[in-house]
Amino acid sequence: MTPAGHGSDRRRRPARSGHPPPHSSPRVGPLAGSGREAPPLDVDALLDDRSTQIVVCCGSGGVGKTTTAAALALRAAERGRSVVVLTIDPARRLAQSLGLDALDNTPHTVDTGPAVKAAGGRLDAMMLDMKRTFDEVVVAHSSPDKARQILANPFYVALSSSFAGTQEYMAMEKLGQLHARGQRDGSWDLIVVDTPPSRSALDFLDAPEHLSSLLDGRFVKLLLAPARGPARLLSVGLNVVTGALTKVLGGQLLRDVQTFVAALDTVFGGFRQRAERTYALLQASQTAFVVVATPEPDALREAAYFVERLGQDTMPVAGLVLNRMVADLVPLLSADRARQAVDTLADNTDDVPGRAATRGLLVLHAARADARSRHLRLQDRFAAAHPGVATVGVPALAGDVHDVAGLRTIGELLGDVSAGRPG
Amino acid sequence: MGDPAVRLHVVTGKGGTGKTTVATALALGLASGGRRVLLCEAEGRQGIARILDVAPLPYEERAVALGAGGGEVLAIAIDPEPALLEYLDMYYRLGRAGRVLDRFGVVDFVTTIAPGLRDVLLTGKVYEAHQRRDKQGRHSFDAVVLDAPPTGRITRFLNVNHEVAGLAKVGPIRNQADAIMGVLHSRATAVHLVTLLEDMPVQETLDAAEQLAAISLPLGTVVVNQVRTTPLDDDTRQALAGARLRAGDLAATMRAAGLRGRGTASAATEIAAGLVVEGAQHVQRLALEERLRADVAQAGRPVVTLDEIEGGIDLGALYELADRLRQQGLA
Repeated sequence: MTPAGHGSDRRRRPARSGHPPPHSSPRVGPLAGSGREAPPLDVDALLDDRSTQIVVCCGSGGVGKTTTAAALALRAAERGRSVVVLTIDPARRLAQSLGLDALDNTPHTVDTGPAVKAAGGRLDAMMLDMKRTFDEVVVAHSSPDKARQILANPFYVALSSSFAGTQEYMAMEKLGQLHARGQRDGSWDLIVVDTPPSRSALDFLDAPEHLSSLLDGRFVKLLLAPARGPARLLSVGLNVVTGALTKVLGGQLLRDVQTFVAALDTVFGGFRQRAERTYALLQASQTAFVVVATPEPDALREAAYFVERLGQDTMPVAGLVLNRMVADLVPLLSADRARQAVDTLADNTDDVPGRAATRGLLVLHAARADARSRHLRLQDRFAAAHPGVATVGVPALAGDVHDVAGLRTIGELLGDVSAGRPG
Repeated sequence: MGDPAVRLHVVTGKGGTGKTTVATALALGLASGGRRVLLCEAEGRQGIARILDVAPLPYEERAVALGAGGGEVLAIAIDPEPALLEYLDMYYRLGRAGRVLDRFGVVDFVTTIAPGLRDVLLTGKVYEAHQRRDKQGRHSFDAVVLDAPPTGRITRFLNVNHEVAGLAKVGPIRNQADAIMGVLHSRATAVHLVTLLEDMPVQETLDAAEQLAAISLPLGTVVVNQVRTTPLDDDTRQALAGARLRAGDLAATMRAAGLRGRGTASAATEIAAGLVVEGAQHVQRLALEERLRADVAQAGRPVVTLDEIEGGIDLGALYELADRLRQQGLA
């Protein structure tokens, strides 16, 4: 099944014929699941495995991607890894608790308490600054004069700060930079990445390919033609095209665009090479994709697209994290039995103390047990359609997470192998 | 009936808050008394088709539902590519040249690769539908509802034409960009923010309200979605909040309810203890929601609430939500 609506479908590579269905990487442990239940995702084994160097958290908006990424990073650090977590757009309070107030586009060590130090680990965190990352690329890969010219170009300013889509390119660039630095000076042995809140969760993966199309496309060549002297590209239709472009954009605007594209051309070349290297890195066995979802149909549908797409691109899926599962605190009492008890209580006219409290709590429990059944049913359906995708459920907490202690709690829940089914 | 001056309703919110549900219910609610409402999808997710249980929406305005009050709802999935070709044809009569542009990779470039240009085309199409008039000079649509990108991207999305106007100093593109921003900044537009009573969605709602106000985009209503009701009475809630309700307090009523824990007394006690813990968590959640309600009020905008619908959203549920929106004056 392909997502009917995802805008980038058209550009997507066709599924390789004969390619096996997406499956989890063997490092997540024995596939011990029985029946239609998903095998458990052993998060600790994944984080302890030194060959795991990159963990990418992906999923649709609002499922707790950023929190999951930060919790995984903290847990890895407490288990002795040197970790950097790259967040894209953290909620304000979480950002503050990770010390991400300083927007200087470089990682800072997070004050995590003694556990990390005792384990010999380290946790650094950074928040992606899209414009700054772009500026740094320009400055690093062009002469000072040219860099000044590009940075002042109005198209560049709009592209680097205000246009949707740039974030995916820059997240890729930053991931590549962090990895290169980790390889060079050993700052980190694990990078945990949060993915941008894209139109489609797949845009991140498409960024390198889009960049290549951008640079190799006939349109850019066409724009560059005048800057490169007598056009050898002249062919039937070219005049029609430039005519049309002039008509739509106006002569001045077209010339401005051409100047801009010509100026960026040199910078972009290296940019693309790095994006392609990063893409290859994502396909390597030291990378683990963790798909994040909540037990809701829409979020699981997105998760399914993601698992399928990662399989097509031969990217290693470690498993699925299902956030906000309802935990069963009263396993002895089913929803039906609770409802029956409410009726029995209503029929009993004796004057018993605490009637309202018991009735209310039974109604509450019935609703909760129903929600839990619904969540487990959705989880089983996902497992039936995507067998072998290891899964860990994280029970919903009564409050929201916005500090290191909260992340530690989530990390402990993630590390609980028995929590394929929470409760 | 909401503010009649508003003809463009932009519905945004953090991911997972129910934007598409609210946008669809709003369209149904607005389509009363013979009014024609256009519901636009801009994210290519086919969420509207799924929720209304109709075939995937094409780039074509199609009747999808009758309004809650005897009107008509049409829907369209705005795809940048046909939007571009339509734009070229409509404003420049570039029928054939448009196809040549396609051959040269221009269409691909504009619609999928170049950052930002998608948003220009999507907002442009919404603007066109909003401005369109029939032969008698009446507006083709009494209202246009846009199921917009989430709060994290809404400011950039709605302000993209301002950026374009900054790039194109003169000429047709400048004029088009200025006209779109003119409508978006006018009283004809309202940006509604959908939220849940949870920390992050509320924080994002307040952030978005601030960002939108900073660029003078007209804020509409805050829609608090999926509000849970409580089956606990005041006394029980207070007792739970003060940790004064104990498992033992439930013993007598547990027996009266026929819950003897399958014969053993300890099982009954275990059940009672579990119920109290669930109740305490529930009360903690209610307190958090109460605080978040106060935070939502800080946005200084009208607030409407929609109760959680049990068993998922279907067409009937959408009409119920549409009614709730009308009762509270949004539609």
